[in-house]
Amino acid sequence: MTGIVRNIGSLGAAVRGRVSALGFFTRFLGRLLGASGIALSRPRLVSQQVHFIGNYSLLIVAVSGMFVGFVLGLQGYYTLNRYGSEDALGLLVALSLTRELGPVVTALLFAGRAGTSLTAEIGLMKAGEQLAAMEVMAVDPLRRVLVPRFWGGVIAMPILAAVFSMVGILGGYLVGVRLIGVDSGSFWSQMQAGVDVWNDVFNGIVKSVVFGVAVTLIALYEGWQAKPTPEGVARATTRTVVAGSLSVLGLDFLLTALMFGN
Amino acid sequence: MSREKTDFWVGLFVLLGAAAVVFLALKAGNLSSFSFGATYSLSANFDNIGGLKVRAPVKSAGVTIGRVAGISFDDKTFQAVVRLDIEQGYDFPTDSSAKILTSGLLGEQYIGIEPGGEDKNFAQGDKIRYTQSAVVLENLISQFLYGMADKQGSSQQPAQDAPGQ
Repeated sequence: MTGIVRNIGSLGAAVRGRVSALGFFTRFLGRLLGASGIALSRPRLVSQQVHFIGNYSLLIVAVSGMFVGFVLGLQGYYTLNRYGSEDALGLLVALSLTRELGPVVTALLFAGRAGTSLTAEIGLMKAGEQLAAMEVMAVDPLRRVLVPRFWGGVIAMPILAAVFSMVGILGGYLVGVRLIGVDSGSFWSQMQAGVDVWNDVFNGIVKSVVFGVAVTLIALYEGWQAKPTPEGVARATTRTVVAGSLSVLGLDFLLTALMFGN
Repeated sequence: MSREKTDFWVGLFVLLGAAAVVFLALKAGNLSSFSFGATYSLSANFDNIGGLKVRAPVKSAGVTIGRVAGISFDDKTFQAVVRLDIEQGYDFPTDSSAKILTSGLLGEQYIGIEPGGEDKNFAQGDKIRYTQSAVVLENLISQFLYGMADKQGSSQQPAQDAPGQ
C-alpha cells in the first residue's frame, strides 16, 4: 500500500517538477524581454556578443555548409540521373538548403558551438560568485550579462543560417556543374523557377530566427539554473546540447507543418 | 581586441549575412523575375486550367509579358476565372486568344497569348473571349484509345461479317 502511494507521489512530483520548470522557463523569457531595454541603450554590449557568438561560429558553419552542398550535389545527381532529370539538381539543392537543412543544421551547430560556451560561461560566473557580486553592486546580472547574450544569439543565428545556405548552394554548384558537368544554365534557371522568395527563402529565415531564440534561451537558462559546482556546470552544458538539438528538431517539424503543410 | 576592431568584424559579419540573403533572393530565388513596373489586368475563363498556378508566367511568342495574378471558380458558368497582370506597354488586340500551354513535356504550365487582328486593344479589366483549356493527359489518352478502338472496330466489321454470311 505504501509502495503504491509512493509511486503515485513520485509521479506527481515528476509532473509538478516539469510544469514548474516550464513556468520558470517562460518567466525567464519574460524577464529577459522585459529587461531588453539595455540592448538599445548600450548596443555595444550586444555587438560584442554578436562578435563572440557569430564571427567565431562563422568558419565551422561555412565549412559545414560547403560540405553539405557537396553531398547534396553528388547524392542529388545520383538520384535524379536515374530519372533523367539532372537538370533539376539546382532546384533540389536550393530547396533543401533554404527550407530545411540551412536553418536546422546551422541551429544544431549553433547549439554545439555557441550554446555550450554560453552555458559554461554563465555557469562558471555563477560558480565563481561573479553574478552574486554583481547583485551586491546593484547591477542586475540578468540585465547586464544575459540580455546582451540573448540578443547576440538571436541576431547571429539567422545570419549564420543564410551564410550556410549560400555556401551550400555554391558547394552544390561546384560539384554539380564544375565536377559532374550538369548544364550551368539549367542549374540556375530551374532553381530560380522553383524557389519562391516568400514561401521558401523568407520562411527559412523565419525558421532560423525561431531556432536562434530557442537555442540561445535554452543555453542561457541552463547556465542560469546550473548548480554552482564543476559537475553542475558540466551537466548544464550537456543539457544545453541535448535539449537545444531536440527542441530544434521538434520545432522544425512544427514549423514545416505550419508553413508548407498545405 | 580593441573596440574598433570588434566593431569592424561585427559589421563585416552582418554585411556577409545581408549579402547571403540577397544572394538567396536574387540568384537562388525568383525575386529578379518580379516585375515592379505598372501592370494592367485582364481576365479569361477556361473550361479547365489543368495545373496552372498563381504567379505562373504569361507569355507571348515565348517572351514573358506578365503573370497570373489569381485563379478562382465561377459557379454560374462552372469555369475557372484566371486574372492576368500584363505589363503596361504590351498591348494586344481585343480578339487575341489565350491558351494554357506546358513548357516541355513535364514542365510548368503557363498562359500563351496569340495576338489577333482587331484595331482596338485590350484595356484594364477586359476579358479575353477566345480561350483554349489545358490539355489533360488522361483525356488525351482516352480520346486516342477510343479513336483506336473505333478505327479497329470499323475496319474489322466486314471481316467479322463475312463468315456469318
